[in-house]
Amino acid sequence: MTPNTPTWIRICHLSDIPRLGARRVDRPQGPQIAIFRTQDDEVFAVLDACPHKGGPLSQGIVFGRSVACPLHNWTIELEDGCARAPDVGCVKTFQVNVQDDTIYLDAHELNSNIESNH
Amino acid sequence: MNTTPKLKLVMIGNGMAGVRTLEELLKLSPDLYEITVFGNEPHPNYNRIALSPVLSGEQTLDEIILNPLSWYEEESIALHLNTLVYKVDRIKRIVHAKTSDGEEITAAYDRLIFATGSNPFMLPIPGVELEGVLAYRDIADTTAMIEATKVYSNAVVIGGGLLGLEAANGLSKRGMQVTVIHVAPWLMNRQLDRVAGNLLEKSLKERGLKFCVGAQTKSIEAGPNGRVSHVVLADGQRIEADLVVMAVGIRPNTDLAQSCRLHCENGIVVSDTMQTVTDPRIYAVGECANHRGVAYGLVAPLFEQGKVLANHLAQMGIARYVGSLTSTKLKVTGIDLFSAGDFMGQNQDASAHPMSPVAQSDYEEIVLSDPHDGVYKKLVIKNNQLVGACLFGDTVDGSWYFKLLRDGRSVADIRDKLMFGESNLGDVGHEGHSSAQSMSDSAEVCGCNGVNKGQICKAIKEKGLFTLEEVRKHTKASASCGSCTGLVEQILMFTAGGDYSATPKKKAICACTEHSHQEVRDAIASESLHTIQAVMQHMNWKTPNGCASCRPALNYYLISTWPKVAQDDPQSRYINERSHANIQKDGTYSVIPRMWGGETTADELRRIANAVDKYAIPTVKVTGGQRIDLLGVKKEDLVNVWRDIGMPSGHAYAKALRTVKTCVGSEWCRFGTQDSTQMGKDLERALWRMYAPHKVKIAVSGCPRNCAEAGIKDVGVIGVDSGWEIYIAGNGGIKTEVAQFFVKLKTPQEVLEYSGAFLQLYRLEGWYLERTCHYLARVGMDHVKEKILNQPETRVALWEQLKFSLDGEPDPWFEFDQARVDTRQFQALELTAQTP
Repeated sequence: MTPNTPTWIRICHLSDIPRLGARRVDRPQGPQIAIFRTQDDEVFAVLDACPHKGGPLSQGIVFGRSVACPLHNWTIELEDGCARAPDVGCVKTFQVNVQDDTIYLDAHELNSNIESNH
Repeated sequence: MNTTPKLKLVMIGNGMAGVRTLEELLKLSPDLYEITVFGNEPHPNYNRIALSPVLSGEQTLDEIILNPLSWYEEESIALHLNTLVYKVDRIKRIVHAKTSDGEEITAAYDRLIFATGSNPFMLPIPGVELEGVLAYRDIADTTAMIEATKVYSNAVVIGGGLLGLEAANGLSKRGMQVTVIHVAPWLMNRQLDRVAGNLLEKSLKERGLKFCVGAQTKSIEAGPNGRVSHVVLADGQRIEADLVVMAVGIRPNTDLAQSCRLHCENGIVVSDTMQTVTDPRIYAVGECANHRGVAYGLVAPLFEQGKVLANHLAQMGIARYVGSLTSTKLKVTGIDLFSAGDFMGQNQDASAHPMSPVAQSDYEEIVLSDPHDGVYKKLVIKNNQLVGACLFGDTVDGSWYFKLLRDGRSVADIRDKLMFGESNLGDVGHEGHSSAQSMSDSAEVCGCNGVNKGQICKAIKEKGLFTLEEVRKHTKASASCGSCTGLVEQILMFTAGGDYSATPKKKAICACTEHSHQEVRDAIASESLHTIQAVMQHMNWKTPNGCASCRPALNYYLISTWPKVAQDDPQSRYINERSHANIQKDGTYSVIPRMWGGETTADELRRIANAVDKYAIPTVKVTGGQRIDLLGVKKEDLVNVWRDIGMPSGHAYAKALRTVKTCVGSEWCRFGTQDSTQMGKDLERALWRMYAPHKVKIAVSGCPRNCAEAGIKDVGVIGVDSGWEIYIAGNGGIKTEVAQFFVKLKTPQEVLEYSGAFLQLYRLEGWYLERTCHYLARVGMDHVKEKILNQPETRVALWEQLKFSLDGEPDPWFEFDQARVDTRQFQALELTAQTP
């Protein structure tokens, strides 16, 4: 197995996620992943746990390329998973592949980071 | 990459107003300009107002640097320190400067900013040029004063204004014997009236300062070594002095501007866009600028100017500066003093005041004076508006008075309470403290985020914070429930002195826009805007799709202003209103079914009990609003729990009508005078599904014993023998606020109509997240009474509007499509092994 070549796993169709919204991806073991869709149909995936107190980011309000955590309103940048200053902390991000409006995540990454970052 | 050459922006001056302008510009438009800055001091931008704490030894010079040299590098700003600009060629658009080593530097500009600040005014008296005579303006002066305190023992400060007294206090703290000479009849005569000025003199005397008030300085004499030795007064008195600090005022520094023929008149004259009236390529900002006849000397207005200027430079062209009201606070630790606005009132010297044509009898004063405790408060009222305030000894309510002053709201309905301040008695979460100054550094200010006073003071000093927003960002204090906002403002006020930026009169909704809640509400109504996108486009939103603060507000304004027309946008709602349940700290949800008037049945309880078992719901709790709360429900179970229980949504998760709490009333109670339970059920059935700016709670009691606690509800109804009393705008939360008597009514039908009309008025006029108590404090009881009690046709129309809005509204727990509930959210996506 070469960790550098991703093995893409189909997750859902782009239209399965509301614009400026998110869905949760269930992993058999380990914490869930949140996948986000922006106004311009960009898709991002991060661990569904805010670096602050583990809030479910998938439930937050999406704006621009950011999400506001529903628990204490930290803003997390979806591209790099990091909290906007002056808050500090980052959440694990996942590679996303979108082809013909179908969304794929990498199997290797899905099997990693089983333990929550919190 | 963009290859068009950048525009050249040159700034003369490297002080607080100018650099703040650049910061604002870089936020808006980081790549538009190639920026060059000339500063004649050897330091990068520092916090000039913190020179007083440096002088008194409370802070060091390093701590007051606002923008280190590395900042200029990171922002690619060419910075020339120790460099004096001596000529501006407006035809060729070139700035000529010379470094302290004599090196010539030129810089071409497309846009030029004068941020030359001001110069201290030196009295034209004999001896002013002697060694040991200083102004108090910059780091060099401060350092020279600190050096002098190490060698000499007698100092004279000429000028008993803000700056002079801060200098005197600093020198005295460093061990010098200080005498203050002041020409006016009392200290700080531009900020205080005579009584407060005398109180100030008394308490400064107790700290060891000496005063010659009402005294003219004639000359300064040298000793045998050529250094200053005495100050001579007009009456012949000679005061020993090894150091003389001249603090009699500042003058806008306009020499350079005048030499290139920019129109100057006590400052460089600028328009509302901060452009000089002479040359539109040239701007002036800060103490050197004269805007509508005023050259400001405090930081808050200068930062407002900077914001406008940056906006203009960024070619956004929507901001205008329209002047500022200022307030004053002396930065002498332990002295509590505040003044703002037209504090002299009827005692003012008619000739000296710009408002002199106004008949003095238009002014009214409310005065509280307690000489024993050293407390003096004067409030000046004109035409039912607060126009000035002067406080000594107790400045707790300074920020509240300042807010009333700027808002210009009528104080007719709160006159009797005005002097006693905004009641902080009901606030919880900070140990009952209401005066920040008396708190120890370890005392908790923000009970939500665990921030103590010392941490806030430290952040303000070290990070150079000036606004409440900045303090919230850096410390989290006052960033959650907001109950400590008043305390944090006080801390900001006495730490940053009169220079703190009070919440501006017009407060933008969030960083996405310049517009206030009111402006947005007005535009949505008057311009028939029906979608969030339309609002953002029409009002020039700065972000493509807003943020978590403005989108929920816009969504509420749209659906409340245009019922049945504007479509609800669930993606712009907070998660609770999107999933119709309350998110808990572990990501599970709580479910609270509606029980009309708090009444339930065996059937309902059985269904609830069965659901608790079936879905293994860990906690069942009775709420404060007489409902049953099921806590720890998994998101994927929500829809099934709702269906199994089969009761309507309780909206306990929403900014909407929550519960109508009732006592048992005349049906059972031996004291009951009215059927409060039935009244409560009728109110709840009429008003449920009503979204509002914030949550709305109602209670109905059947007699004045008031078992339903109607006195702390948004609408409280109390049955009496002859009918119903209605109380409005109570609050039992962060700020315990007793509901105010509104009207007495005869019939249940009237109770529905009047309550509904008041709530509809609140729905239409309230700002998002404003509870009824804050709404009422803003608009005044008189306004609400006028609309609802004095104008029957308005009342009926409001009630009809509300009924129209609520008619046919779906129950989001059952009518998913109509309520636009995206049911996909309740299921997680499953992983299926497939490759593209």
